[in-house]
Amino acid sequence: MVKEIERYGIPIVHMSTITTISESVGANRIVPTIAIPYPVGNPNLPENEEYTLRKKMVERALKGLNTEIKEVTQF
Amino acid sequence: MKFKVLYYVNQFFGQIGGEEEAGMAPVFKKENIGPALGFNGLLGEEGEVVGTLICGDNYFNENKEEALEYIMNVIKESNPDIIVAGPAFNAGRYGMACSGVANAVIDELNIPVVTGMYIENPGLDSCRAKAIVVETTDSAAGMRKALPVMANIVKKLMKNEELGLPAEEGYISQGKRLTVLSDKRGSRRAVDMLLARLTDEPFETELPMPVFDKVDPAPAIKDLSKSTIALVTSGGMVPHGNPDRIQSASAQKWGKYDVSGREALTGEYCTIHGGFDPVYANEIPDRVAPLDMLKEFQKEGVIGNVFEYFYTTTGTGTSVGNSIKFGTEIGKELKEAGVDGVILTST
Repeated sequence: MVKEIERYGIPIVHMSTITTISESVGANRIVPTIAIPYPVGNPNLPENEEYTLRKKMVERALKGLNTEIKEVTQF
Repeated sequence: MKFKVLYYVNQFFGQIGGEEEAGMAPVFKKENIGPALGFNGLLGEEGEVVGTLICGDNYFNENKEEALEYIMNVIKESNPDIIVAGPAFNAGRYGMACSGVANAVIDELNIPVVTGMYIENPGLDSCRAKAIVVETTDSAAGMRKALPVMANIVKKLMKNEELGLPAEEGYISQGKRLTVLSDKRGSRRAVDMLLARLTDEPFETELPMPVFDKVDPAPAIKDLSKSTIALVTSGGMVPHGNPDRIQSASAQKWGKYDVSGREALTGEYCTIHGGFDPVYANEIPDRVAPLDMLKEFQKEGVIGNVFEYFYTTTGTGTSVGNSIKFGTEIGKELKEAGVDGVILTST
C-alpha cells in the first residue's frame, strides 16, 4: 500500500515496528515504532509520558515528510 | 547413527498459545512439539528431532538480539546436524523469525537450515539465498503437504546428496546459476524457445530476469504548515460495529471514515485485526493510528490540515495483489483530493 500511494508522487512515511518488512515492501521513509500491538504508544508508561512519546513519534513522521531523500531513510 | 535435527517454531505451533503469548521469550524443550512431532516421524530410522525451540513472534521481532542469543546458545549446546524452522506459511512475523534464525545459524555456525514459507511471506527474501525454503500454501492447512517435502530435502542434505532443481524438489529458487549439461547447444535452445513462444506453447527460460519494482521517494512537503496530511493504517481500526465488515484477516477491502469532527480515534473506534493482541489498541486506538496527535499538530499550526477521511484495512494475511489494489485505490483518492503527505501505520 505504501509503495502504491507513493507512486502517485505523494510522500508517505511508514510507521512500523518491524522495519525490515517495511524496507522489503518498498517504503522509502520509515519511522520505527514501539511494538506490534501498540506501534505508536506504550501502555507500560504513565499516561502523560505515553502522550509525549506518541507526540514525538508523529513529529518524527512529519519531519520525514518534510525531508528530501534519495534512498530508504529511517527517521 | 541418526542425524540430529533441532526444530524452531513460534508460540502458536509450539502449543503455548495464540496472540496473547506472542510476547514470550524463547524456551527450549527436549521433546517434539507441534510440527516437530510429525517431522520426526517422517525421518524414520535416518534421523531424529532432539528438541524444539519455541519463541513468541512478537518477542523475536522486537528483541531480535536477545532472542538470537538464547537460541544460538541452545543450538551450540545441542550441536545438531541441521535446523528445521516453521513452516511459517503466510505468517509475516513468523516468517521473519524463521529467516532470522536461519541466517544467524548459517552465517555463524555453518549448519544447514530448512524452512517453509508461502511465496509472498515477507521473511522469504532475506533468507532464500542461504536456507532451503520449501514453498507452502498460505495457511497451516498445507502442513501435511509441506512436512514430507521438507523432510525429504533434509534427508538428502544429510546424505550429502545433491538437491535437484527447485521445481523438482519443491523449494523456492535460491537465485543461483548452475551449470547444466545439455545435448543441444545454446542457439538451438534459444530458437526452440522462440518457436514455442510464437506458437503459444509452454517453454521455460533458463535465466529468469529479476523483478525490480522500486518506487522513487516522492519529493518532500515544502511547507508543512500549509499541508494536508492523511492518516492510513493496516491495523484494522474501524468504527465500533465494523460497519463495512472489513475482514479480520486476508482483507478483501478497505474502508474510509470521516474524522473531520473528531479529536481522536479513541472513543468510537476499535480494531478487528486478527493478527495481534487487541487489548492495548482497543484501550487507546490512537496507539495504532495517532489521529489525536495529528489533530494536535493541526491546532498548533505545525500542519495545515488533517485530511477529512481516515483510511483503514487489515494487514494480516492480506495478499500482495490486494495490497497493491488497496494502495492504488486509496492513493488515487488522496491524489485527487490534493493530499500533500500520508502517514501509514502498521501493526
